[in-house]
Amino acid sequence: MVRFDTVAKRFGDTVVLDNLTFDVAPGEFVTLIGPSGSGKTTILRLLMTLERVTDGAVYVAGQPLSHMRKGDNLVPASEKHLRAARKRIGMVFQQFNLFPNMNVLRNLTEAPVRTLGKSRAEAEERARELLDMVGLAEKAEAHPTQLSGGQQQRVAIARALAMDPKVLLLDEVTSALDPELVSGVLRLLEELVRTTDITFLCVTHEMQFARDVSDRVMVLDGGRIIEDGEPEKIFTEPDNERTREFLHAVLDRP
Amino acid sequence: MTVDWSWHAVAEAFPLLLRGLVVTLEITVLAALLSYVLGLVFAVIRMSRIPVLSQLTFLFIEAVRSTPLLVQVFMFYYVLQSQTGILLSAFLSGVIVIGVHYACYTSEVYRAGIEAVPKGQWEAATALNLPRGRVWTSVILPQAVPRVLPALGNYTIAMFKETPLLLGIGVLEMLNRAKEYGAETFRVLEAYTLAGVFFLVISYIASVMVRRLESRVGTL
Repeated sequence: MVRFDTVAKRFGDTVVLDNLTFDVAPGEFVTLIGPSGSGKTTILRLLMTLERVTDGAVYVAGQPLSHMRKGDNLVPASEKHLRAARKRIGMVFQQFNLFPNMNVLRNLTEAPVRTLGKSRAEAEERARELLDMVGLAEKAEAHPTQLSGGQQQRVAIARALAMDPKVLLLDEVTSALDPELVSGVLRLLEELVRTTDITFLCVTHEMQFARDVSDRVMVLDGGRIIEDGEPEKIFTEPDNERTREFLHAVLDRP
Repeated sequence: MTVDWSWHAVAEAFPLLLRGLVVTLEITVLAALLSYVLGLVFAVIRMSRIPVLSQLTFLFIEAVRSTPLLVQVFMFYYVLQSQTGILLSAFLSGVIVIGVHYACYTSEVYRAGIEAVPKGQWEAATALNLPRGRVWTSVILPQAVPRVLPALGNYTIAMFKETPLLLGIGVLEMLNRAKEYGAETFRVLEAYTLAGVFFLVISYIASVMVRRLESRVGTL
């Protein structure tokens, strides 16, 4: 479903991703872990087309994302191509990024109406279903600023789902939340994983969550994948010394 | 030295100046509207990084900001007319020149307001695949514009105070009326004082209103 083919990303002289190659199968839940600055979030941002690759190519559902085919060559993607490619992808951000100038319902209907061309009634019906699913049906008319962080993030998840993504990117979605609000969001995500066939790429520091829901965990360090495998294996007997150090550092925190 | 002040002259000049004030306010309102719209267009063009057009807009803004308004008024009214034969009324020329001049300032205001919208808003809009134009109209501008209203208000007051420059091309605005009355009656003291008082009162009331707007926007 997602394929990185020798992808490099550099900002000036700084190498963020170093010839990265991996595949993610449809419906898979892949968690990216690793120290800060290891390139996890950049992988998600490349997939969301918020950044462009420096080298290599990213494919989603077999289609090149950052490039388009022209004869036998790949050329940088046009805005039109990017818009078509983004249809399959959704993203949930650390800072929620709800639109503060719209109420909750409008946050969920704006893109389906403007991008997918749904009728407002149709979009609102779907939005209310999604709000019901995330447990915020009664907040449809509320303003994002009136919601707690956890509620805002659940709205943001519903907003992403309203676009029916095939791939959903979760960028440290609980990192900005007060501790007591984290579990509500994680439970919602677990339920999504169980009940949908969406492919997930998740960057998180919630190691227990990663262990419980992931089909696969990739450990990044310095822009490279240093370990890639089943969560049980990685969390209990990692092969790589750096993985061991990293897990030791994050898990042994008092 | 005694001040020769005549209330009679004040009473006589009053209706004349009031007629001038109407013209002054008309110019202010029309020029302000032009500067609001054009300034926004300039800001969006510059920030969208449209090749060539963005650079041209930048150069135009710099040129306008680096030359005196009165020079622009003369250039537009006299030079343009003599070189191209396009004949616009002094009133309309004044509105256009002041409006365009201040658009170059309001564009900076809009730019600051737009840049103050968090990057995450752009990213969320991109992630939702909203069309480019929609990102501006649904997400960015509704957040940016309320923040810039006080600054636009201040520039509107500035435009109001610049209108007497149009005396240079014969627009019968308030100062011109005062000058006219002074020349006819030699009561320059009363005529110009009255004009000054009109400017003072209106500018003051307007700036109080802008300050109240500022405190309301601050709570958004």
